[in-house]
Amino acid sequence: MAKIHVSTTVNGDAVEFLCNPGETLLDILRNDLQLTGTKEGCGSGDCGACSITVDDRLVCSCLVLAVEAEGKAIGTIEGVADKDQLNVIQQKFLEHAALQCGICTPGLIVSVQALLKENPEPTEEEARYYLAGNLCRCTGYDKIIRAVLDAAETMRGAA
Amino acid sequence: MKNNNEAIAADNYKYIGTRSIRPDGFEKVTGRANYGADLSLPGMIWGKMLRSPHAHAMIKNIDTSRAEALAGVMAIVTYDDFPGVSSEIVAAGEGTEDLLDLARNLMADGKVLYHGHAILGVAAISKQIAEQALELIDIDYDILPAVLDVRDAMAKDAPILHQTMFTKGLSETPTTPSNVASVVELKKGDILAGFAQADIVIEREFYTPTVHQGYIEPHACTVRYDEHGQSMVWCSTQGHFDVRSTTAKLLHMSLSKLKVIASEIGGGFGGKTTVYLEPVALLMSKKTGRPVKMLMDRDEVFKASGPGSATRNWIKVGARNDGTITAMQGKLHYEAGAFKGSPARLGGMTAFTPYDVENMFVECFDVVVNKPKVAAYRAPGAPQAEYAAEMIISELAARLEIDPIDFRLQNVAKEGTKTIYGPKLKKVGLVECLEAAKNSPHYQQPLKDNQGRGVSSGFWFNIGGSSSVTLNMNRDGTGTIVEGSPDIGGSRASMQLMAAETLGIAADNFKTVVADTENIAHNDGTGGSRTTFATGMAVVEAAKDVIRQMKSRAASVWSVEVDTIDWVDGVAINIDSTEKLSAAEICATADRTGGQISGQGNINARGAGPSFAVHICDVEVDKETGKVDVVRYTAIQDAGKAIHPSYVEGQYQGGAAQGIGWALNEEYVYNDKGILQNPGFLDYRIPLASDLPMIETVIVEVPNPAHPFGVRGVGETGIIPPLAATAYAVSDAINAPITDLPCSPPNVLAVIQANS
Ligand code: FES
Ligand code: FES
Repeated sequence: MAKIHVSTTVNGDAVEFLCNPGETLLDILRNDLQLTGTKEGCGSGDCGACSITVDDRLVCSCLVLAVEAEGKAIGTIEGVADKDQLNVIQQKFLEHAALQCGICTPGLIVSVQALLKENPEPTEEEARYYLAGNLCRCTGYDKIIRAVLDAAETMRGAA
Repeated sequence: MKNNNEAIAADNYKYIGTRSIRPDGFEKVTGRANYGADLSLPGMIWGKMLRSPHAHAMIKNIDTSRAEALAGVMAIVTYDDFPGVSSEIVAAGEGTEDLLDLARNLMADGKVLYHGHAILGVAAISKQIAEQALELIDIDYDILPAVLDVRDAMAKDAPILHQTMFTKGLSETPTTPSNVASVVELKKGDILAGFAQADIVIEREFYTPTVHQGYIEPHACTVRYDEHGQSMVWCSTQGHFDVRSTTAKLLHMSLSKLKVIASEIGGGFGGKTTVYLEPVALLMSKKTGRPVKMLMDRDEVFKASGPGSATRNWIKVGARNDGTITAMQGKLHYEAGAFKGSPARLGGMTAFTPYDVENMFVECFDVVVNKPKVAAYRAPGAPQAEYAAEMIISELAARLEIDPIDFRLQNVAKEGTKTIYGPKLKKVGLVECLEAAKNSPHYQQPLKDNQGRGVSSGFWFNIGGSSSVTLNMNRDGTGTIVEGSPDIGGSRASMQLMAAETLGIAADNFKTVVADTENIAHNDGTGGSRTTFATGMAVVEAAKDVIRQMKSRAASVWSVEVDTIDWVDGVAINIDSTEKLSAAEICATADRTGGQISGQGNINARGAGPSFAVHICDVEVDKETGKVDVVRYTAIQDAGKAIHPSYVEGQYQGGAAQGIGWALNEEYVYNDKGILQNPGFLDYRIPLASDLPMIETVIVEVPNPAHPFGVRGVGETGIIPPLAATAYAVSDAINAPITDLPCSPPNVLAVIQANS
């Protein structure tokens, strides 16, 4: 089976790869591009561990075909920090101890970034519903929600 | 949003009790941390398991010829590739396991015992080809009837899973095989006399379904077999030393020839204390000469890793009208899954332990059924039995018209209470937890229409065990803590705080490393809530060893006796002359005073302190649909001493959330043929962010006298009280007894309708 050539950008870098027609973008990111920050928890769109953005739209990369990346701008967890400078969301996750095992964290941070872009002043309830696609089994979400609301407030203050 | 950072007790530690940033945090928020699935090696190939489509069947024939003919398929491994396995009890996770069962669970030996039971493994050049090859394998089965519940399994003519299994623990030696692996009795006092003194007796049978730990990271490993040198396993595990010992045993290797590296771990909750893939992957690597990677898909995790036992537990409790409990009795039936070893006995040991009652009697049945072999799940065995007991306690309090917290306080277990399993409790903090619950703002808040409230206590032993730590001091006075306990929830941060407190050197001067099996001596796994307790003790020992060495170096510099040296805030002081040498100065000149400084703490920690908890749950029930919403929740627990309060609260909140899920939604759904209907997160619904309120916490601190800083384990107890707190709240809201979990909308609606 001939592979398909795809040109895309990932976190601003021009990237080319070859993929099978049925291959997911998650598999290409993790296995071919070695961007293992994006995690796989289910492969069926139910856990959000694989959250990325495609042209600024939040998606589960396990549900996106790799060929769909053609000509798009892909954003992953690896592109969230500015070199070694954590962004506010990452910093607040650390300050609030919003991660225990940390496997849900990359997906959550990408989702929170999308949330705060859409809605810079979410209520607790809005944050909970927006993040309902990101499962966390360790924290009970309490500290995650605190980190999100604190990050939102800090970002509003800085803007 | 309420402030939940309340701590009871005071002391004057400098570093302990602060909320430092975890040292592995940067890697984890940037995606740089490497988990089980994240390692790839040059020349690596992929392995996949073929799994049984049937719940119970004999394998008549396996034909792999079509798969072997597929380009890219490199090897097929079966049970016969194990180099000879015999029954032998080996240490595994928090308990023990029979090596033969373990091997037969890794790959079926002629008989499949549950839907998803692994039969053979295929190694291929890519994941896709390995998956394609599975489709090309032809197996003839002789399908047998499946047993899916303890009642069916114990029925007279039940299909028998293992013809060689005879019930242990009976007074007469059985002559026919049975699905009951063992019966254990626990007792204190005289149960009949106890009930004779009672004015009121309540008895009910409760059901709890099979549930899964639901860690978000599936099982994963990358391995390389090396016949002549050293083989390597990289995997996501709570205990890499246990992975090494079981794998080495199964493959007849010596421990020094196998190195196991624990990746970062994406959740475990007890489910990652055994092996499912690693020995099979090594067999594939051995056959092909290539590194092999294996990842479970999510449906494989549900079907074929180790969930928590479903149970049918009958409980009977008697009390006098004045509120004194006179007798507590239980008959507990725990599903073990396909192989013996449910935590039924632990259920019996924990069920009534929050109470100081003279007469107790419990029978514990360990029963095999055609479901996956259970594994530890956070306080294994305790939530199910304590759920049943606490439901009856709450009902009794209501019938006696006594406040449920007062009723618990009136019968409370405390220092000196004799447990049903023998020893007396040492210093424990249940009274303090109950009082904190009673005084909490939550408990004062009145309920609205359609709302109900539940309260539950919870007890878990916690364990100590083997921990080894090396503290290497660097030439600039900073240090590396080398430990062997996989960090599942922020424990590296706690290790640094304990080292800092002992040495008087600020925590961020340390770096904590979780070493592989060859860079530190043996460590028991991260389980039993032992890490901050036992590994923490080893850190303290290692730090004290460093202080001893520092003092002796200072003494030699000043040519004085070592007992004239004091160690204060990271500085050696000559008490006679008030000369000073800082840790950094001593380390900088260590080569001139006897070589580099490195402390050792290798211990088998004793004296783990039990942790008690009390939770309060308010729910609102939609009586039209049976849907339950948790509207307010408070978790109160004795930490002994909270080293890092944020991660202690995190354990309380995470345990509460898992327990709420257990009470409200989570269950394995099988059809009558034993086929699992919901092996995915869409249908096995763990709590989402939108399902939960903030979870308020109160950290009670009744120090454990056996730990240098008073630590008790906190990881497990928190999952116990939510079951009864939540289910009783539902029962309170609908004014009808709940016995069966989960309190899912259809189940709750059925109870409402049956009682209207
Ligand atoms: S891996 Fe994509 S949603 Fe779970
Ligand atoms: S921190 Fe473990 S799943 Fe969220």
